[in-house]
Amino acid sequence: MEKTVAGNTIQVNEEGYLTDFSQWTREVGDEIAKEEGIVMTPRHWEVINYLQEQHKQETALSIRRIGKSGVVDIKEFYALFPKGPLKTSTKIAGIPKPASCI
Amino acid sequence: MSSNGEIKKMLLILSKATLENVYAAFVLANGARSEGIEAEMFFTFFGLEAIHAKKLEHLHVATVGNPAMHIPTMLGGLPGMEAIATKMMKSEMEKIDMPDVREFLEILSASGVKLWACKLAMDMFHYKREDLYEEIDGVLTVGEFYGRGAGEGVHMLFI
Repeated sequence: MEKTVAGNTIQVNEEGYLTDFSQWTREVGDEIAKEEGIVMTPRHWEVINYLQEQHKQETALSIRRIGKSGVVDIKEFYALFPKGPLKTSTKIAGIPKPASCI
Repeated sequence: MSSNGEIKKMLLILSKATLENVYAAFVLANGARSEGIEAEMFFTFFGLEAIHAKKLEHLHVATVGNPAMHIPTMLGGLPGMEAIATKMMKSEMEKIDMPDVREFLEILSASGVKLWACKLAMDMFHYKREDLYEEIDGVLTVGEFYGRGAGEGVHMLFI
């Protein structure tokens, strides 16, 4: 479905995740973060950039792998995105919600 | 306060330390946290072995009385069968990026899962606090654990 975010029309699925990463801009990310109740800081963006790079390399994302990334540890990841870090951060990053149970 | 049936907190009681039960409990706790749901674990009776510093790395799969393993019960009881089944299960878990017990405890703790040891079981097995995995949050009585379940949207699960 269509959604207007930060003046742009983007395509999202029923959970609000972008279906086309090329439609993502930092403004879009910022707007989604606001909807999730998160005020973005440079530290948040570092994590978002890392997730987007992983997505481009088609690496499956999991809490465990992010914890080992050297970019952010699990504790900080939860502190940055308290309400479910993986699902919230991927939504802001404009990439699909990981289907992993671990 | 909202009462839309949404789960806000999971209290998981682990009473066994066979590898399959420990992993089930860990995955449920971790899964809760990744959905933004609070999670606490209460380790009681044999479940305590999952947080016993010296024992947690040596947990086994149950090969006896587990029809889904497709090993006849008589054979499951032979020496070495648990070790073989455990080795197989661990190798499968590694393939799906499942951490070992110690690393999983570290992940749970870092994710904000509270880990509690049962006082009665500690007394029964003569365990001391220093025998346990260092990151646990404390030792509680049943009553104290129930006290942590106050509020709406709290669910309790016995494994």
